[in-house]
Amino acid sequence: MFDVIHQEKNNKIASFFSRLLLVFSILFFTNSIQAQSVEDASFSSVANQLAGAKLKQVSAIVDSLTQYDDERLLPILKAMLEGSLYYEKKSKRLVFTKKLEDKSFNTNGVFDDKPVENVKKNTLRKVKTNNKLRSSIRKTVAQITLFANDIAVREKAIKSMFDDLSKENVALLNQLKETEKSEKIIELINTALAISDLKNGDVSLRLQALKKLEGNLEPVVRNEVTKLLEKDSEGNYKEDALVVSTASKVLQSIEENVKFYGYLETLFFGLSLGSVLLLIAAGLAITFGVMGVINMAHGEMIMLGAYTTYVIQLLLPNNLALSILLAIPAAFIVSASVGILIERGVIQFLKGRPLETLLATFGISLILQQCVRSIFSPLNRQVATPEFMSGALEINPIFSITYNRLYILIFALVVFFLLQLILRKTSLGLNVRAVSQNRDMAKCMGIRTEWVDAMTFGLGSGIAGLAGVALSQITNVGPNLGQAYIIDSFMVVVFGGVGNLWGMLVGGFSLGVLNKFLEPQTGAVLANIIILVGIILFIQKRPRGLFPQKGRAAE
Amino acid sequence: MSMNMLLKRESLLSDSGSRWFLSLLAISTAIVFIGNVFIPEGSALHIDTYTVTLFGKYLCLALLALSVDVIWGYCGILSLGHGAFFALGGYGMGMYLMRQIGDRGVYGDPLLPDFMVFLNWQELPWFWHGFDQFWFAMIMVALIPGLLAFVFGWLAFRSRVTGVYLSIMTQALTYALLLSFFRNEMGFGGNNGLTDFKDILGFDLQADSTRITLFTISAAVLAFAYLLSRSIFLSKFGRVIISIRDAEARTRFLGYKTENYKVWLFVYSAILAAIAGALYVPQVGIINPGEFAPLNSIEVVVWVAVGGRGTLYGAILGAILVNFAKTRFTGIFPEAWLFALGGLFVFVTIFLPKGVVGFFSERKNKRQNNKASATAEVSS
Repeated sequence: MFDVIHQEKNNKIASFFSRLLLVFSILFFTNSIQAQSVEDASFSSVANQLAGAKLKQVSAIVDSLTQYDDERLLPILKAMLEGSLYYEKKSKRLVFTKKLEDKSFNTNGVFDDKPVENVKKNTLRKVKTNNKLRSSIRKTVAQITLFANDIAVREKAIKSMFDDLSKENVALLNQLKETEKSEKIIELINTALAISDLKNGDVSLRLQALKKLEGNLEPVVRNEVTKLLEKDSEGNYKEDALVVSTASKVLQSIEENVKFYGYLETLFFGLSLGSVLLLIAAGLAITFGVMGVINMAHGEMIMLGAYTTYVIQLLLPNNLALSILLAIPAAFIVSASVGILIERGVIQFLKGRPLETLLATFGISLILQQCVRSIFSPLNRQVATPEFMSGALEINPIFSITYNRLYILIFALVVFFLLQLILRKTSLGLNVRAVSQNRDMAKCMGIRTEWVDAMTFGLGSGIAGLAGVALSQITNVGPNLGQAYIIDSFMVVVFGGVGNLWGMLVGGFSLGVLNKFLEPQTGAVLANIIILVGIILFIQKRPRGLFPQKGRAAE
Repeated sequence: MSMNMLLKRESLLSDSGSRWFLSLLAISTAIVFIGNVFIPEGSALHIDTYTVTLFGKYLCLALLALSVDVIWGYCGILSLGHGAFFALGGYGMGMYLMRQIGDRGVYGDPLLPDFMVFLNWQELPWFWHGFDQFWFAMIMVALIPGLLAFVFGWLAFRSRVTGVYLSIMTQALTYALLLSFFRNEMGFGGNNGLTDFKDILGFDLQADSTRITLFTISAAVLAFAYLLSRSIFLSKFGRVIISIRDAEARTRFLGYKTENYKVWLFVYSAILAAIAGALYVPQVGIINPGEFAPLNSIEVVVWVAVGGRGTLYGAILGAILVNFAKTRFTGIFPEAWLFALGGLFVFVTIFLPKGVVGFFSERKNKRQNNKASATAEVSS
């Protein structure tokens, strides 16, 4: 008993001294604060005390800074958290810094906007912080951001509080809840409050909280609920039986939800892969459908499209969005004209000899690959992603859709329907369909089949070029880019049925989805093998694919 | 007259091409053998072991080209996956050679090959048992690729997959094998494959005498395979095969089960390719999954196309020519090789549809026709 009192006393004494010290430190080292009242002292002059201050002083200064409602506070605190707040040794001017590769800094004044580049490290000194200080700063930042005007900022602030639901934070959350209008934020607050109840409340509060958290997808919720199910060393549950049974039910509902969204995510990845396969296979399919020619250089048309994107980006380094939009027609034109060149230069001499055409186009693919290797070097090149395509659409905490894949999916569908439109509604399309059904009869009707062949080959290659633009956004651009996808897209053509665009659509997406669903169970390589073997077997049942061409023309 | 020619049974050596080819092969083998063994080092006529091994390699590749010609030239089946059978045969031989290393490996394990010790495997996988026996390994070299060809061919030909479709499927086959052999879990050394061989049947693989023996065996096997293939195409079986190439539907209507003929020919061709692989591995000293790459298989087709398909010796000639060029080119001008190879694909398909052999025989025919018409004019 006495011991306890003694200890308490000691603690009190200790805390008294530390406060005293704090007061002294402010008194002695922060002259301006001493001279002026807190209200009067300008924010910047207080902040400038940070330059050259010792650790203890820093924490005091930060405390006094938080008394101000100044918009410049947040960047300063954040910079301190990142360790990028420095001051110049001579002038004691506070600067934000950005470290460069050669260990010098780009700096910009905190209170004056004078950016300087390549400042040497030895002229600067860091504002001191330690772990304890950082954690208190983090808290302060959370409090400030919690009442920010921007919803996204508030959301982030609440989420960062999930790990630290102290009484003060809960009070803050309750305070926010009263004024908050956004439903999304209110829901987040409710989740946070429920977690706090789960941790600290009594049995009835816990049960209520559990009810609220049913099916919630925040990772923290899952952890907390799992904690309730912990057993002690003797194998008994630590918690009340009712709580345990409810918790296990809630956990189950959460896991089911997680699983469901996991499937959704896999489905999305599958569709994304499928959209790429569709783009590649569509071009391949129309050349095969019309000319009976498998173009082995198709992969290289993709590569050309991707390199066109890369070159345009080099020419327009400051406007990524524009460069991507320009790359779409440019890649189409480049690949299409190379395609037409190949058709006129080689393939037209190999009429009616599909196997030889296959070999010749393979030779062309080798030449194109080596060309690119000689011009751009064999190394992979990176194509930057414009801002509107980077980032992800967050649907809930565990399921988000990356924008680049989403856009590619949409792009593939748009290209697909445009192609359908061309084939159905234009005179070129009419000719193409006529020639693919019966070449001789079309010729008799006065269709210039030679011209149709060249145009078809150009169209197919151009679409491959578009596929190259899409691929440049998800992988690096290199000479072997086309090779990686070409065998898969052959499979799509074989699976979907030659010369049928709807077959490509179904084939592309189903192979993509199948691949992604197999992957977690078997690994990427085995998934590929299983699909290849599966298609070999599939061909047994339907030698002409899912949607074979019908009628006499098919034979 | 033409009826007579068809009815007259050709004998094995009745055409001049075969006679030329076989005597050329025999003479050059003899020259290399004598040049290596009997002519002392330092003499201008001496042929060093490096060259002998290089020629041995060409002969193995020529056998591979022969196997492709058997099905492409005579049955019109364009296989873009024959490298798979070649590599499987090579792996069979590689496994035997691996077991022969015994405890001389880096880790000195008496039973497990080095890569298994490295991967922390405790015991030999079941499919490695028996490969310490040469006869067993040789049976497997023929059996496994033959079986694979049978299953694949049976599935493909029975459902009448033909033309470009079939080519793509064979390519997918070798691609699937490529991917699976890259996996360490498969138990074939993964990425690195099998290498570091020591000896074969007790003979040191590095020794000059072993090298020249392997070369001679390769030449003998090539000659034997040539004669066997030729006799097949002179038999009734071969006649049906050729008629399938020219008009499959008609042959079928005449009552022949064309798919059976095609399957057996495919199996025969696969076994030839596998034997080529098994002879190739001890000479180059390594087998890795790279041999399964689709590009390799397609390259073989080009050798056949360059030489001229449907003649057997044309394929062999093409393989040796292109590989010789490849060795020279990649030595002098490594960057230009792919340009040259690609150009060759295009050039041969457009300008030399019957290959080098076809080009010369056509010129010969033309000359003969000119002579014939000239004499006819004179006599009239």
